Amino acid sequence: MIWNEELETLPREELQALQLKRLMATADRVYATVPFYKKKFDEAGIQPADIKSLKDLQRLPFTTKTDLRDHYPFGLFAVPMEQVVRIHASSGTTGKQTVVGYTRQDIDTWAELMARSLAAAGAQKNDIIQNAYGYGLFTGGLGVHYGAEKLGAAVIPISGGNSKRQIIIMQDFGSTVLTCTPSYALFLAETAEEMGVDIKQLKLRVGIFGAEPWSEKMREEIERKLNLQAIDIYGLSEVIGPGVSIECLEAKQGLHVFEDHFIPEIINPQTGAMLPYGEKGELVFTTITKEAFPLIRYRTRDISVLYAQPCKCGRTHVRMERVSGRSDDMLIIRGVNVFPSQIESVLMNIEGVEPHYLLIVDRKGNLDTLEVQVEVNEKVFSDEIKNLQVITRKIENDIKDLLGVTAEVKLVEPKSIQRSEGKAQRVIDKRKI
Amino acid sequence: MKVEQMSVFLENKPGALAEVTRILGEAGVNIRALSLADTKDFGILRLIVNDNEKAKEALGPKGFTVRKTEVVAVEVPDRPGGLADILKILAEARINVEYLYAFVQQSGENAIIIFRFDETDRAIAVLAEKKVRILEGEKVYAL
Repeated sequence: MIWNEELETLPREELQALQLKRLMATADRVYATVPFYKKKFDEAGIQPADIKSLKDLQRLPFTTKTDLRDHYPFGLFAVPMEQVVRIHASSGTTGKQTVVGYTRQDIDTWAELMARSLAAAGAQKNDIIQNAYGYGLFTGGLGVHYGAEKLGAAVIPISGGNSKRQIIIMQDFGSTVLTCTPSYALFLAETAEEMGVDIKQLKLRVGIFGAEPWSEKMREEIERKLNLQAIDIYGLSEVIGPGVSIECLEAKQGLHVFEDHFIPEIINPQTGAMLPYGEKGELVFTTITKEAFPLIRYRTRDISVLYAQPCKCGRTHVRMERVSGRSDDMLIIRGVNVFPSQIESVLMNIEGVEPHYLLIVDRKGNLDTLEVQVEVNEKVFSDEIKNLQVITRKIENDIKDLLGVTAEVKLVEPKSIQRSEGKAQRVIDKRKI
Repeated sequence: MKVEQMSVFLENKPGALAEVTRILGEAGVNIRALSLADTKDFGILRLIVNDNEKAKEALGPKGFTVRKTEVVAVEVPDRPGGLADILKILAEARINVEYLYAFVQQSGENAIIIFRFDETDRAIAVLAEKKVRILEGEKVYAL
């Protein structure tokens, strides 16, 4: 279902005209209200009035996570605090958190985009949405919550964690839609299994999963184990939160970016040059309707591709490929670029192996080492050493073939790799460089 | 004619084996025979116990990966060349022994060896034909 038929299927020319109008207004406003942007524009030798077409976007300076941290907490807000009605902060794993603000209009915009997202995933008014994204400073919980209410569905604000209770509520309340991170979805499937709950008896129909990179294989596994349609949602608190883009149930191929609110670009992360549709690179977003926290050409560090081909769902907004990694969690091991998601896809392609893994990167002498810990389970376990060695060697060979890096695979006991109720911790880098 | 063996995956770390044996002990499971195969990173503990179901029920919920395998308990004459004679029969039939280990107790005058074959049924047939005594599972668990 299309929530906002008019705007989501707007002909490209009209959409671009709307984008340009909104971009010009945003540039005017940030230049006038945020000293940081005025300085950056001046340094780049561009004035808001110079923006005459969407192509001129390329002349604007980038904004980075470091810029956000440097203006902690409210230095990039474009409205006085009396107009701010909500503050969120990103789960900063290193250094300071990045803080974002919302006006009442921003909250309405966000709810609209999340209602569009839920509808694109197939959720409707009569659905019961179990929202297991964390509530709090993290945007996931409240983002989904407001969208679900706008859609008219019944939302269960259970937040993350307390997994047994999640399963009991699924059973007793008859939840039809689950929203959480993909790794937590798998954890819930395991929990249900341990509790002896028959997933087929649950009413779950759709799962909307995001906030961490995942693979097509992981989707298949989640769909099989939870007996639902798994839809990928994308967003980041800096841009607005979840609801920047979503897959449609019809195609499940690429996430439609809500282009009437955000202008996406793909750039070469090394040179900063804008890349054409179809080429892989770093995603960059410019917000064109946000009031409290507008962003000009924000570098997400997420790696993706944009596609302009029309979609069978009827939406005219471009699609981005599922995020295949981050340019900053990219590991460089003996000079080879490695994304944890690539290791995951290797594991998922081996029969019986579960996607619970931990990468331990270390340096012995002058040589980087990569240890891949993989949990053993009843499907791959054998009473014969040689059979287990066949599995570890197969994983090692496949990693070598796909990534060109030598890894040592270590089988570990089931459930010994820590399960995360939020973003899964996949990498321990012990190198001191 | 087959004996059920339990295999348990163990990480190669202090206390792993102690944990398994403690759990089995608390569940009242008696270990009849065992062997531990080890590699740099992990080990496989193979056990013959008096009550397989109870053992699996005790270990499963504690997060251990347990697998049942069929092995063969063979009576081997307790004299020089006793084992060699049996292995010769198997070699002539081109049956591969994956691993073997000895039982603590004897059956009368004979030793008991637990064999894991690549072709279990054919191995039993070949040994039976040569009048080698093979012990029933029930008898082995109760020894």
